[in-house]
Amino acid sequence: MRFFAALAIWLVAAALLAPVLLGWWAPPEAISDLARLLDDQLALTFTIIAIIFVISQAALGYAVLRFGRERAEPAAYFEKNDRWEMLWTTAASVLFLGLALMGYSAWAEVRFDSARVDRDADALQVEVVAQQFVWNFRYAGADGRFGPIDPKLIDDSIGNPVGVDRSHADGADDIISPRLVVPVNREVTLLLKSKDVLHNFFVPELRIKMDTVPGLVGRLPFKADKLGEYEIACSELCGLGHYRMRGYLEVVDEQRYKSWMMEQVSYLP
Amino acid sequence: MPEISQYVEVERHAPPQGFLSKWVFSTDHKVIGIQYLALAIVAAFTGMALSLLMRIRLVAPTEPKAWLEALFPAGAPGGLMTPEFYLAVLTMHGTIMVFMVLTTAPQGGFGNYFLPIQIGANDMAFPRLNMLSFWLTALSFVVLVGAFLVEGGAPIAGWTAYPPLSALDGAAIAGNGQDWWLVSIAIFCLASLLSALNFIVTTLEMRTEGMTMLRLPLTVWGWFCTAVIALLAFGVLLAAGILLLMDRNFQTSFFIPGGLVISDQLVDRSGGSPILWQHLFWFFGHPEVYIAILPAMGIVSHVLATFSRKPVFGYKAMILAMGAIVTLGFVVWGHHMFVSGMSPYSAFVFSLLTMAIGVPSAIKTFNWIGTMWGGNLRFTAPMLYAIGFVSVFVAGGITGIVLGQPTLDQYFHDTYFVVAHFHLIMGVATVLAMFAGLTYWFPKMFGRHMNETLSKIHFWLTFFGVYAVFGPMHFLGAIGHPRRYAETTGLNYLAEGGADFLHMFITHSTYTLVAAQALFLVNVVWSLFAGKKAAGDNPWQATTLEWATATPPPYDNFAGRLPVVTRGPYEYSLPKAKRDFAMQCNSDDAVFAPEPAAGD
Repeated sequence: MRFFAALAIWLVAAALLAPVLLGWWAPPEAISDLARLLDDQLALTFTIIAIIFVISQAALGYAVLRFGRERAEPAAYFEKNDRWEMLWTTAASVLFLGLALMGYSAWAEVRFDSARVDRDADALQVEVVAQQFVWNFRYAGADGRFGPIDPKLIDDSIGNPVGVDRSHADGADDIISPRLVVPVNREVTLLLKSKDVLHNFFVPELRIKMDTVPGLVGRLPFKADKLGEYEIACSELCGLGHYRMRGYLEVVDEQRYKSWMMEQVSYLP
Repeated sequence: MPEISQYVEVERHAPPQGFLSKWVFSTDHKVIGIQYLALAIVAAFTGMALSLLMRIRLVAPTEPKAWLEALFPAGAPGGLMTPEFYLAVLTMHGTIMVFMVLTTAPQGGFGNYFLPIQIGANDMAFPRLNMLSFWLTALSFVVLVGAFLVEGGAPIAGWTAYPPLSALDGAAIAGNGQDWWLVSIAIFCLASLLSALNFIVTTLEMRTEGMTMLRLPLTVWGWFCTAVIALLAFGVLLAAGILLLMDRNFQTSFFIPGGLVISDQLVDRSGGSPILWQHLFWFFGHPEVYIAILPAMGIVSHVLATFSRKPVFGYKAMILAMGAIVTLGFVVWGHHMFVSGMSPYSAFVFSLLTMAIGVPSAIKTFNWIGTMWGGNLRFTAPMLYAIGFVSVFVAGGITGIVLGQPTLDQYFHDTYFVVAHFHLIMGVATVLAMFAGLTYWFPKMFGRHMNETLSKIHFWLTFFGVYAVFGPMHFLGAIGHPRRYAETTGLNYLAEGGADFLHMFITHSTYTLVAAQALFLVNVVWSLFAGKKAAGDNPWQATTLEWATATPPPYDNFAGRLPVVTRGPYEYSLPKAKRDFAMQCNSDDAVFAPEPAAGD
């Protein structure tokens, strides 16, 4: 029994680790500096927990193997060992708290440094308005100012799912799109809103995720540096259509962005 | 009871006569414990059936099945489960498992049965309150399952019931399912509060002579710590639940902000905050994890010591670790909300505290291995379950180090990685400890052993089964698969990342795992009537007081007398002792051979 038990413990541990080490199922390629920063922190974290995991499972399996054999002499009698107790308490504290502190700079980068006000001035601001089970994106238009919003004006049938006041000068040129189109290598600040329930804006390639909370405006900055079309997955349970609440992020070059914007302007009422 | 060297005489109580007062409305903590366990088993199989439905839909969303339509005409018209039915099943699976299984079996079940016996008391401090706790819990289970039958069916907002989805029918489904859910949870909270009071008072006031706090078995420490958590946490959930019930039925707006537009209709509410619910819910919800796992930790320590024939390694460190978990457990709830829109500053604090709670968990793990180290291991069924617990506890706990960092949580939050993490650490680990507890105490409770061969087959199928089910969920999380998706068709990157293969693998593993649990059920029923008779009152040659009394224990546990305790809980393989175990109620004369007289 002891051979089988030890082998089983080691086997499942190996089966859990192997696909990670072989990279069979991994996050998609990162498309921003921030995403790569997170990947570094993830790699470091995985390395440390893999070591702890291997030590623990190896020790457990070894204890089963070594002390599971039939023997005549009685079990060793000891109730504690303060030195070992101190050793693993200290090691766990240093490793776990150290990881938390090392993750701080990445978190500061994600949520604070990249959301500085002076950065915002240059950034392309796009309002994300989530609703059951659709993503709407609002651009400020040529004047760079978002028009006022009135929920009473919301009417999907006339292409105003956000309720923007078209009679107001700021709102007249606001562009509402079902796709999030951004120029490559440009700072973007998303302003996250919701019309009804909680949703969550998640683009795996950007490694960013934030709830859209009705009544609040969330701020989510990013700068994508790789052209392409990426899926936006709703990651907060929002009702029966949650699984199909998909949007698209299109990262395009500056020229394509301009022509897309021109096209949108031509659709304005 | 020859093992008890010294008694205190107390009044002897006559057992109740008549079926109802003996088995139904009983105030005997042992009967109540069995009632809780029976409820937990019924609930566990209900919850497991629901998980089967989920797994079936995830791999074949478009394949009609006649039996589904026959069973659920509204939920599966044409034999196809609707997405909202999937979410209802998901919600009920989570709620039933967390509340009716993981909260009831470890504490209400084993805690009720064995805490009074292990501290040398003849019952709980408040036996009638105890009976009330159980029947309220049973009522809450009936109300919860009743949600399936009311108009609109069961709620679809998940076990976390985040508003506004849970608050406004227009956003979810018209009906009363969510109300029934809330009423059920409120009743459950009440029952748990009463039960927590009972456990705390019993532990502090009813210990027999000589049973100091530092002689309590670690099981008792686990139940005591859990009761402290329950007392502080369930009140908050009760309040939150009542507020949400008012939002739903009395036009209040605790959790509903202004300006909501649902189906092009402006909702006439304003002033509430959806995030407030999350704070209240997780202030309860995170400690709830420890409500499940602390008694499990106690049982595992207890079983490992017995079958390693060694004292628990670092008994005091184990107690301190539990204390640290109780304390830290109340200040880490924000790690469920890193991406909720909560202030990003608070993430620094919650992250550091969350990582800190990994330390007592690591201490406990190494102390379990230390308990086995140098021992004479006996691979009985309970021992195997306990060893399996340690393996799963490490595998499930270690990923908390990933999720506890807000940066990494940005990727993994609400993906299958989280599902894998909490199922292993909270669900599977606890359930393995329950199996350890049941096979360990079965001969005491019923005078018969569970069938050892069946138990071992069940253990191995379960051990490999849980890893086969929840292991691949980490990989689904790694490719960014959001949880609570009724199918994978909504996103292209899921199929491209290999999600369908993983889902297929998980579903087939689930079939095996579920079949193995049928084996467990057969084993329980068969062993009750035909299991091998327990050899004497102490078949495992263990040390704590439950093994000193008769089998099954008499009505007031020690037949009108209470044992006097003279030593710690885990004195195995004591040097110079006559046997390799010294029971807590054995005097020194009984433990050690008489010194040879001078001149012999």
